[in-house]
Amino acid sequence: MSRRIPWTLVVLLLALTIPWFGSRYYTFLATQIAILSLFAVSYNLLLGTTGLVSFGHAAYFGLGAYATGLLMKELNVPFLLALLAGGLLPAAFAGVFGYFCVRLTKIYFSMLTLAFAQIVWAICFQWNEVTGGDQGISAIPYPELGWIGAIPGLGGFRTGDHFYFACVVLVILCIWVLGRITDSPFGRLLTTIRENPERASFIGVDVRRYELAAFAIAGGFAGVSGALFGIFNRGVFADFMFWPKSAEVLIMTILGGMNYFWGPVAGTIMMVVLNQQITSYTEYWPLVLGTILLVLLFAFPGGLMGALDAGAKRLRGQKTGGGDA
Amino acid sequence: MLDIDNVTKTFSGFTAVSGVSLTVEKQQIAAVIGPNGAGKSTFFNMITGHLTPDSGAIRLNGRDITGIAPHKICGAGMGRSFQRTNIFPKLTVFDNVQAAYLAHRGKGGNFWSPAERFYRDETEALLRSIGLWEQRESIGGVMSYGAQKQLELGLALASDPALLLLDEPTAGMSATETHEAIRLLERIAGERELTLLFTEHDMEVVFSIAQKIAVLHQGRKIAEGTPAEVRADPEVRRIYLGHH
Amino acid sequence: MAAEFLFSQFLSGLTTAIFLFLVASGLSLVFGVLRVLNFAHGTFYMLGAYLAWQTMAWLAPTKEGFWLAALAAATGIAILGFVVERLMFRHLYGKEELYQLLFTYALVLILGDAAKILWGTGQLSVSRPPSVEGSLSVFGALLPGYNLFVMVLGFAIAIGFWVILQRTSAGRMIRAAAMDREMLGSLGANVGVLYTGVFVVSSFLAGLSGALVSPIKAIVPGMDVEIIVEAFIVVVIGGLGSFWGTFLGALIYGQVLSFGILIFPRFSIFSVFALMAVILIVRPWGLLGRPLK
Repeated sequence: MSRRIPWTLVVLLLALTIPWFGSRYYTFLATQIAILSLFAVSYNLLLGTTGLVSFGHAAYFGLGAYATGLLMKELNVPFLLALLAGGLLPAAFAGVFGYFCVRLTKIYFSMLTLAFAQIVWAICFQWNEVTGGDQGISAIPYPELGWIGAIPGLGGFRTGDHFYFACVVLVILCIWVLGRITDSPFGRLLTTIRENPERASFIGVDVRRYELAAFAIAGGFAGVSGALFGIFNRGVFADFMFWPKSAEVLIMTILGGMNYFWGPVAGTIMMVVLNQQITSYTEYWPLVLGTILLVLLFAFPGGLMGALDAGAKRLRGQKTGGGDA
Repeated sequence: MLDIDNVTKTFSGFTAVSGVSLTVEKQQIAAVIGPNGAGKSTFFNMITGHLTPDSGAIRLNGRDITGIAPHKICGAGMGRSFQRTNIFPKLTVFDNVQAAYLAHRGKGGNFWSPAERFYRDETEALLRSIGLWEQRESIGGVMSYGAQKQLELGLALASDPALLLLDEPTAGMSATETHEAIRLLERIAGERELTLLFTEHDMEVVFSIAQKIAVLHQGRKIAEGTPAEVRADPEVRRIYLGHH
Repeated sequence: MAAEFLFSQFLSGLTTAIFLFLVASGLSLVFGVLRVLNFAHGTFYMLGAYLAWQTMAWLAPTKEGFWLAALAAATGIAILGFVVERLMFRHLYGKEELYQLLFTYALVLILGDAAKILWGTGQLSVSRPPSVEGSLSVFGALLPGYNLFVMVLGFAIAIGFWVILQRTSAGRMIRAAAMDREMLGSLGANVGVLYTGVFVVSSFLAGLSGALVSPIKAIVPGMDVEIIVEAFIVVVIGGLGSFWGTFLGALIYGQVLSFGILIFPRFSIFSVFALMAVILIVRPWGLLGRPLK
């Protein structure tokens, strides 16, 4: 952490090179990775930083998607404004739901996050007039991004590439903000809650208030991610909020390594790429994912980043301290 | 300084603490002793806000703190250590203490500046004074038991308490560790003009540093006074010291 | 007329409740002792249904083979539970709760696909055993004989279970574990054996309920995740780890679903999740549970 490599900048520059490969498919995958990375990083503010296991994070992803999608399609609201609403609305919902959730601990907390998420899902699934019910909302307009092509050096790219550029910049911006929050005094005190809530309260941390703030912030950024995903997907469906989606973001985060800030991004890359590769020749993706999960739990509990970190330490001849630092 | 007035706590029919009062003067070193199950931990947890008394009142510097939340009691100038070591096990020693400064001095509302910039000097000074500066980069949870207890003291001191509550500060320590821990406590209490209230099972420790001792037995206070007075109390001798 | 209709609605809710109780009781038992919510419990239930179908297919000529098939399925799942607990799950007991949860979720993914590979994605069905064909008219509402049988069996299992919990030393250990983990060690219990035993019994119940549901519900992939969410709701309402709580939770769930459809047809799913949320907010440890120590 203290090695002062500006990782955010490195990742941004690397990500921006993708469209130069010229493959529509790569850009497609990279867009998905970028958007879902933000979802996972926002989730890790709860899981890795605060130690809260939410089973309902997909609700805020979905709420952001609906909010932005509806605003852009029905009211022609400009992209960035709609995106902002796609962050604020879920954050407000997370604030209200979170108020009740943070009063509980452990599995009870998780169960209540699940119950709220399923309530939101059930409403969106059946409220035909507004959310389109099980048909969802389709034909969400693409934002007007032609101006990107006018930037010197960026002419000649497709619309999909333009949207990708916009996504990468927005996502990295959000991840950078989440990084600042994680490293801030507020973030540091969230880690004390993860480590030992009882002690945290007796160094003067109002545990519930901090948890609620983290819950709302995480919900807001999940919403931005969902908003981008809705546009990318050209449609928003109640499935975005169904509980397996919440399980998925949990798994991505664990796969990458919840004890590392960039772990969820690594997990997202792994999950999306593997999913594409494996589903191209077998329909049994869950079987493969489950097996990966088992291997991870028994052999690499620190996730991908944990394994890399341990490997790097071994190369440098240091002793490794048990796996999860 | 600390004024505990007639507190009682009952758990589903079992009275753990019954009508106990105790006053601790400023800069006094006071101890609560008693056999296992005498209600010491319950008594302590009521003072620190982790439990709310069924009846009675607790005042800190004249302010009623009965049943208010632990983080507020901490803000009111009380620090505590726990019986089972209670630190942030995966953070470094430095980060442990620094976090306590951040929390106590109200920096938690800062969402933006890097946390590592704050209170470096204060953290260093405190770590030096409790003898953990050399180990500042160690992960708290992997240090020796004695060092973890020291760190816990550091966490309590970071909130600049006027009153420090220590629950079994030498539990589980070797004879040498106990000796060092007590010397450290005495020095810190002197330097910072602290008031100290602690529970302890080791009678040697109690009688060597306490100026005032209260004895609990089956949830009631059966004696209170100077070490000499308590030592001479016939009921204490019968119930408690007689077990030697 | 209206009364008959309401009564038949009540009966249908009661049938749902008994099935859910059978499934959820195993889930609650494992939570009470091991303190883990076993996501794979629903998968064990689904595999129980498939195993019953498979055994029936082998025993095709004998129509009453269903009883044997149900027993075989439950036993098969109990063995599966034994293997899973002994070979894998126990190595995670010392680790964080999250890893234990994820382990059971990995099982959901793996076993769910394994079932697809073995039995395909189509619907399978098991015919009702002839001995309980036909229906009974109760206050003008029709109750299929098979449902009546399952209800009686469900109540019998509930009572038998309760007697075991109250009267045997294993039952005492289970109750002690559900109340206070530290007490368990002081009872001198062989914790390892207790954990395995509880996991096996819970798997048996899951397999049995899957087998029992097969004559009245189509066997399809996805029935595992559907039931596990319902079972979660039931145990949360009643109180995680509480035996009678699970029973009560199942009864309430069955009736809320059954009458919820009448009152708000479009929001019947909503109503059960709302109930779950309200319970968690007002009384997180459930109606009959007690706060965890």
